[in-house]
Amino acid sequence: MTSPADLSVAGAARGEQSGDEAAQALFDDLIAKDSRIEPRDWMPEAYRKTLIRQISQHAHSEIIGMQPESNWITRAPSLKRKAILMAKVQDEAGHGLYLYSAAQTLGITREEMMLQLIEGRARYSSIFNYTTPTWADMGAIGWLVDGAAICNQVPLCRASYGPYGRAMVRICKEESFHQRQGFEILLELMQGTEAQREMAQGAVDRWYWPSLMMFGPPDDQSPNSAQSMAWNIKRFSNDDLRQRFVGMLVPQAEVLGVTLPDPNLRFNDATGQYDMSEIDWTEFNEVLAGRGPANAERLRRRREAHEDGAWVREAAAEYARKQALKSAA
Amino acid sequence: MSTPGEMGTESWPLWEVFVRANRGLSHVHVGSLHAPDSDMAVRNARDLYTRRNEGVSIWVVPADAITTSDPDAKGAFFESPAGKNYRHAVYYTKSEGVKHL
Ligand SMILES: [Fe+2]
Ligand SMILES: [Fe+2]
Repeated sequence: MTSPADLSVAGAARGEQSGDEAAQALFDDLIAKDSRIEPRDWMPEAYRKTLIRQISQHAHSEIIGMQPESNWITRAPSLKRKAILMAKVQDEAGHGLYLYSAAQTLGITREEMMLQLIEGRARYSSIFNYTTPTWADMGAIGWLVDGAAICNQVPLCRASYGPYGRAMVRICKEESFHQRQGFEILLELMQGTEAQREMAQGAVDRWYWPSLMMFGPPDDQSPNSAQSMAWNIKRFSNDDLRQRFVGMLVPQAEVLGVTLPDPNLRFNDATGQYDMSEIDWTEFNEVLAGRGPANAERLRRRREAHEDGAWVREAAAEYARKQALKSAA
Repeated sequence: MSTPGEMGTESWPLWEVFVRANRGLSHVHVGSLHAPDSDMAVRNARDLYTRRNEGVSIWVVPADAITTSDPDAKGAFFESPAGKNYRHAVYYTKSEGVKHL
């Protein structure tokens, strides 16, 4: 059976000029009305490619993002914290699966995406290449990393591609628990001993800058942003989202009693924005280029899990085939 | 024609998942997943789509068993209701002010 995605690609390749022009006009009209594009609609190849790249990278981030936290499941300080952390990590697996499903509707197979990831041909969010040396990192990840993710993701619920927006709605509903449980971990540590407060502050120091980098390069160095905004995939610029995030963090940090590690951070009454220190983009680019603290380890573990699980996938498929034969007989 | 995303080339087929949120409501499409057979599809659907009591019942359907309307003919296919606004109650205005009508 031919997949609908194959059909639309074939249609575009046939180069039916007038048909394509009418289809492009319909697409442009839907975007202008801020309506949604659905899988079987004609869409420009660049729009399809951009979405496949963005959604699959997003899915990979959720999947790789399980690793820094699963590192602490066996060492969580209480049974309650262990159960919460497992639930959160399981949610991240779910987010990855929702997003892979959404990407598939654009005409790429799940297996191809998985191969792109484990062969190092795909990107995922750099933030997950940092290590988690203390329990307080679980708090900082929830508060800062999931917090930044929420900030990025809420506007994506209105992304012009229907399946992406719907996946994001589901994800955003689940993310708020992630951020709150992280905040609570830090709060409890900050109300503890001197050593616990130091541990919490250390984790905030480690994760603050990387979480700000999650919003991507500054607007004047983000070449693809304009096109994504014209297509209603992206709704706000990287710098706008970063400002919004910092604005939310400042009062939350006060409640926690932690210090955000930026001596130049202050509200500027004249601009109505937060002034902050320059972000160290060389570090960002190093991690992006694969030279972060845990890039190799993350990919190695993902590849191992994929390969070690192969026999299970094959056995289940074989069992299903035999059962189907039996019931047919 | 199957639902979007179905490829027929992957080791596990694609299933579309429908969840009934509560008694008295219809099953509603919530998404899709891969599974080797229908039993595993139902279990995976429970883990993936009902982690927070989102449902009391699940349907799974092989994506390639679903027949859909022809996407290229959508305008023409849904043309017949056009111009037939007499199918809607608001078309009838003469009874305005008459009670229980
Ligand atoms: Fe997530
Ligand atoms: Fe999360």
